[in-house]
Amino acid sequence: MQVTMTVNGQTVSRDVEPRTLLVHFLRDHVGLTGTNVGCDTSSCGACTVHVNGESVKSCTMLAVQADGQEVTTIEGLASAEGELHPMQKAFQENHGLQCGFCTPGMVMAATSFLKENPHPTEAEVRLGLEGNLCRCTGYHNIVKSVLAAAASAGE
Amino acid sequence: MTTTETTSGSKVLGQRVLRREDPELLTGEAKFSDDLAIPGALHMAVLRSTVAHGRITSIDTSAARSRPGVVAVYTYQDLKDDWAGPMPCAWPVTADMKNPAHFPLANGNVNYVGDGVAVVVAESKTAAVDALEAIEVDYEELDPVLDLEESISDSNVIHSEIGTNLSYTWELIPNKDAVDEAFAKAAHTVSERYIQQRLVPSAMEPRSVVVVPAPFGGDYTVYSATQVPHILKVMLALTVGISETKLRVVAPSVGGGFGSKLNVYAEEVLALALARKLRRPVRWTEERSENAVATIHGRGQIQNIELAADADGKVTAVRVNLVADMGAYLQLVTPGIPLLGAFLYHGVYDIPNYSFTCRSVFTNKTPTDAYRGAGRPEATYAIERAMDALARKLGVSAVEIRKRNFIPAESFPYSSSAGLVFDSGDYLTNFNKALDMVGMDELLAEKKLRIDAGSRKLLGIGISFFVEMCGLAPSRVLASLNYGAGGWEAATVRILPTSKIQVVTGTAPHGQGHETAWSMIVAEKLGVPMADIEVLHSDTAIAPYGMDTYGSRSLAVGGTAIHIATERVLDKAKAIAAHQLEVAEEDLDYAEGIFTVKGSPDRAFPLAAAAFEAFTAHNLPDGMEPNLEASVTWDPPNFTFPYGSHIAVVEVDTETGKVDLVRYQAVDDCGNRVNPLIIEGQVHGGIAQGVAQALFEEAAYDSAGNLLSATLADYLVPSAAELPSFELGETVTPSPTNPLGVKGIGEAGTIASTPAVMNAVVDALSHLGVENIEMPASPERVWRAIDGATRR
Repeated sequence: MQVTMTVNGQTVSRDVEPRTLLVHFLRDHVGLTGTNVGCDTSSCGACTVHVNGESVKSCTMLAVQADGQEVTTIEGLASAEGELHPMQKAFQENHGLQCGFCTPGMVMAATSFLKENPHPTEAEVRLGLEGNLCRCTGYHNIVKSVLAAAASAGE
Repeated sequence: MTTTETTSGSKVLGQRVLRREDPELLTGEAKFSDDLAIPGALHMAVLRSTVAHGRITSIDTSAARSRPGVVAVYTYQDLKDDWAGPMPCAWPVTADMKNPAHFPLANGNVNYVGDGVAVVVAESKTAAVDALEAIEVDYEELDPVLDLEESISDSNVIHSEIGTNLSYTWELIPNKDAVDEAFAKAAHTVSERYIQQRLVPSAMEPRSVVVVPAPFGGDYTVYSATQVPHILKVMLALTVGISETKLRVVAPSVGGGFGSKLNVYAEEVLALALARKLRRPVRWTEERSENAVATIHGRGQIQNIELAADADGKVTAVRVNLVADMGAYLQLVTPGIPLLGAFLYHGVYDIPNYSFTCRSVFTNKTPTDAYRGAGRPEATYAIERAMDALARKLGVSAVEIRKRNFIPAESFPYSSSAGLVFDSGDYLTNFNKALDMVGMDELLAEKKLRIDAGSRKLLGIGISFFVEMCGLAPSRVLASLNYGAGGWEAATVRILPTSKIQVVTGTAPHGQGHETAWSMIVAEKLGVPMADIEVLHSDTAIAPYGMDTYGSRSLAVGGTAIHIATERVLDKAKAIAAHQLEVAEEDLDYAEGIFTVKGSPDRAFPLAAAAFEAFTAHNLPDGMEPNLEASVTWDPPNFTFPYGSHIAVVEVDTETGKVDLVRYQAVDDCGNRVNPLIIEGQVHGGIAQGVAQALFEEAAYDSAGNLLSATLADYLVPSAAELPSFELGETVTPSPTNPLGVKGIGEAGTIASTPAVMNAVVDALSHLGVENIEMPASPERVWRAIDGATRR
């Protein structure tokens, strides 16, 4: 069936099987492979994207459910001129990533979280990112990155 | 202070240089194996045994074959001529080690839930996966062997062709009589039994492989989410029967490994064999639930450790008996894992008498193999838990028992009773720093206060002091352990005509930041901007020689190779500069990319000019070869021995049994520090993984041999909400083993943290009479331990 949505500001339309998940639509049909698949139980959050500005695990949503919606993936976060988003910058400056596989989902979840809670405590950041797993960093520098992004947004 | 790569290049080592790897990872630009666009690729899916132990009585693939999009369905019988031999095990630890033949698909018998039974190749992933459901398999179920001690009894033999479940017995007993005598004379002894539960490594990127054949040229490119592209190339050539010259292995961006991608897997062999057979690209990416059963597990040991001590609590002997779980088959280095810990059961203590025995057995479970630390976390756990037990027996503190037994700083290089030479160390200084940083006296006072007040939430303080052997490894030592390869690392450094620098390394990073760190090593030596340096790796066509990345080896071995290659390039450039300036080489100084004549700094010759001279070769010294390049293979003379003090503080809720890790202090000594930013990241991640073993994770099986924790919903990889921020400090004791003075840090946190947390949990409850709790210390286990102790 035909599914049409806005992905990173561009209208995309594809003919897909009804069972196609949003994450597979983005990766296999639109070719945006920055959104990763890390599990099959919606536990890891590697596939987190924004749908209409809110973070969604894109493995929990069918592509058809996103029909007509606005989707932002990690590829849409930096500016068209190549300037990293403040959250991406904060992750680099605070060594908030190692292998980088969970990173796209983590960054998308973190930007959405700060929108809801612009001045979080450390404990709130930790709870806010509970749905995104990382095996490399022990979260220490991820939490630091998000707090730094929050602080820099407040400046 | 954080610096970017615009640093001038001088004195780069030790700076917090931001990682050059990050921008492409942060923007989704990086390509992991499953991201690669390969036109015309077929998708593979593997049907896995649902039975832990059984005989396949029939397989009917006809319905699956006729499904839309399915290209082929194969069983062992269909493919038995498509590989040259069984799956490789590169570490036959003893001459009589039993290694049952292991093929990519089961040959008659299935031996664990997850064992490959059939493979589907289809035009799409969904077609391949859907077809799995149409394959009919009948099994005659056999009783599974799940318990290690049952396995060792041989009451039920898994592999009838070898007649026993015992793969091997390995001993390290330099002087048995002396050990027996020490125990006979001991004023105090402790005898402890610990269980190292099985763990699922759970790298966030699932395994993935893509094989692209060139059917008429006969070449194959294998893209794999692997830590070991070089080892994989050799092993695939031998196993599948393809000339090594026709194979190129590439590890694209790799999303973590932790040892689980240090292997040669059935799916890699299958994808290559099928790409050859079908003359089309073949790709496969595992599901997370497949990862849980078909990627190796870690740990899996029963540890019996005994200590003998004199009246003052000075330990005089350690005796260890292990039973190690190999799982159903031996994977690449499965049998060697207990040996990597075998030399370290005396820990950081000067224990003169040593006895280690390991019996390794098969079970009807997923094969085990290297998982972060590999043998060393197990050794550290046993000795650090046992030292606490000894302290309790003597009525001295966990701090005091350690101080009485440390290897003294003045005895380095230290020859251990297990036969190693520890390179350098000052354990007491490191320990005192950690005690000071954590505020031990205040913590002890707080702990007492809570007990006295009858508080529901008790405080526990756990100490773990670890040492590990890493920088794997001197090749001759590996030979003495029957390992099937060397432990060297290769590097090439070349300065191109435009003076840009290429570094080629045999290491294979998967999150460690080698591109940044290796650039720093070269920039330090040459005094040139890091931006001029490019690091090439993880592609056997570009970096033909390498021993890859595992065992905290890459900096100490691979980094050293780069350092030496850079020196050689600089030496050659100096000879060119001396020739051009018509002076002797010893009359030249060098700094920041420019050779100058001593005493006449206006007479100068830039490194860039030397590079161009080497390229044109118009006017080189007589006999000098053109081009500015050096290749070095470094074989380390010894291991390196990082160490450190880790202190965990937990709160135990006595009513629910829930344990909260509230503080964690680590003071690591990894020798000279190349990039503190990366070091700290490694320590953080390592701590989290070790804490996870202590409190959360377990590959739990039911009585039929089904893995119960086979998804990330059931297997509790901790999230940010379960962990605190970590407090780090350091001491710096350079290693004399390599010219950089470095030791390695990749596994330190994991090795140290598990016993720190478990000692803390027991410490919180020891006044109630609790002496041990098995891992993971779940609320139920902790509650039962409290309940049992208080009923006594």
